[in-house]
Amino acid sequence: MKQQVLTLVAGSLFGAGLAISGMMDPLRVRGFLDLFGNWDPTLAFVMGGALLVMAVAWLIQRRLEKPYADDSFHLPGTQQLDRKLLGGAALFGIGWGLSGLCPGPAVASIGVNFAQVALFIGALFAGMLLHRLLPEKG
Amino acid sequence: MTIPGFPDAMPVEGFIGGLLIGLAAAIMLLGIGRIAGVSGIAARATGLSEGGPPRGLAIIFLIGLMIGPFIAAAINGPIEATFPPQAWAMVAGGLLVGFGTRLGSGCTSGHGVCGMSRLSRRSISATLTFIGSGVVTVAIVNALGGGWS
Repeated sequence: MKQQVLTLVAGSLFGAGLAISGMMDPLRVRGFLDLFGNWDPTLAFVMGGALLVMAVAWLIQRRLEKPYADDSFHLPGTQQLDRKLLGGAALFGIGWGLSGLCPGPAVASIGVNFAQVALFIGALFAGMLLHRLLPEKG
Repeated sequence: MTIPGFPDAMPVEGFIGGLLIGLAAAIMLLGIGRIAGVSGIAARATGLSEGGPPRGLAIIFLIGLMIGPFIAAAINGPIEATFPPQAWAMVAGGLLVGFGTRLGSGCTSGHGVCGMSRLSRRSISATLTFIGSGVVTVAIVNALGGGWS
């Protein structure tokens, strides 16, 4: 029950943060990527705020044996750079630039602007399914 | 507050929203020991991935993600959002974001917020790569006259 409540609070705070910061506006997100045009630096401030809090959280995490409501931490351990990581990130960036949407703001926007976001979300899951079905990946 | 030369930027709102996003990710990390990566959570919630948090928690996180904007709108006023008018941009964008985030093991939240703050070499490389390819994409689309405003 603790886990469910914490997760609901975290999800809601995340969604509220996206809304307040203007990151649910694809035009503004795209503005950050429009470095050679009408550049909008807002996303850099969003990243700055989020990184500040998370940097402190990682310092606290290192001193803990386990999280508050679970028996152990479940964190990625690999540090290896490979073609999958960089190729996947490159493809993601192209989609991000075309649409102005990434997964967080897209899901957060479903209740706000269903018609246009549904197209993106449908394609998002189709892309994830395609990745799952392909035997050889990058 | 505005930044000279960038009249449309929202540095204060952006920073405050960023603090909330960071707080959300910190609750996931210190509360249940998980990375708040939305692409992974979305894949998990829909059964497209076996990794990550228990499926029930993934679904709860996404429900919170949809509730949050309504709370913010009630306090802060309506959410402004301009979407690309072209349906193909939404479809192609969604496909590339879905495939790319699975292949690259993360998106803006997982790599950009959680991984970079941990000084993960993988996440810093991924974030620089997707910002770079996004900048190139927008420059090309604008040059071809496919921008929107």
